[in-house]
Amino acid sequence: MIPCASIILAENRDMTTKHHTTPLQILGTFFVLMISWLVWSGLYKPLLIALGVFSCLLSLWLAQRTGFFGHAIPFRSLLRLPALWYWLLKEVVKSSIDVARIVLSPSLPISPELVELTTTEKTDAGKVILGNSITLSPGTVTIDVDEDRLLVHCLTTESADALRSGEVERRTARLEIT
Amino acid sequence: MIEVALDILSWILLCLGGAFVLIGGIGALRLPNFYTRLHAASLTETMATILIFTGLIIQAGPSLAALKLVAIMVFLLLTAPTASYALANAALQSGVRPAADKRDGEL
Repeated sequence: MIPCASIILAENRDMTTKHHTTPLQILGTFFVLMISWLVWSGLYKPLLIALGVFSCLLSLWLAQRTGFFGHAIPFRSLLRLPALWYWLLKEVVKSSIDVARIVLSPSLPISPELVELTTTEKTDAGKVILGNSITLSPGTVTIDVDEDRLLVHCLTTESADALRSGEVERRTARLEIT
Repeated sequence: MIEVALDILSWILLCLGGAFVLIGGIGALRLPNFYTRLHAASLTETMATILIFTGLIIQAGPSLAALKLVAIMVFLLLTAPTASYALANAALQSGVRPAADKRDGEL
């Protein structure tokens, strides 16, 4: 029996990192936010546009406070995102059918397993993308992240083995290759 | 002709999505503990989301509404795993032990 404390990888780590925000980042983010506002609202009255500018500025301030700019991922990574999404979609379909079959079979053939992954992702954003990619496909849920280790709960031994093969890790790592 | 085919396709997707929501619900009831139930929940929040929104996008046709539906789907798919993680991590921190049959050796 493993005491619970050893499972918990990290507690109350200091997340605040000092980072210099360039004016270009702020302007770029404001531009994207404002375009989104205009597209979503579809109304171009002065009052509504003024409210939009106010909302965007508020969002920028909140983003700054939560350290968004220090963790932003480079633009070229975004261009590689569709390839990752396409692969993830196939994985989600496959594992959804597996989990649905398990849930519906009378014997409920589950074999829960904990897997500890070691990742080579250096940035926080990279770890978040990896963790979320794992959680996204049914059958595997990331339950803890600390430094370079991820704790993943798997519904079956097969899903745990698929995770150990490290394919998710390789696919998400491709986002950061320059 | 093409409209009818698209209509049928979108209804197939919507019905499949509904079925996955139902299976997720059944799973949440049948599975034995917190962490395994989380897997059933992720069935509804990813697979069902994708199927239902794709169905709705086909129904909406090429329009601003379709673009908004795509955006909502992307937002849901980005936030759902984050919410799952927050839930699972909160349970872990407050001492709910994952009842796993076996566990990898300590690193």
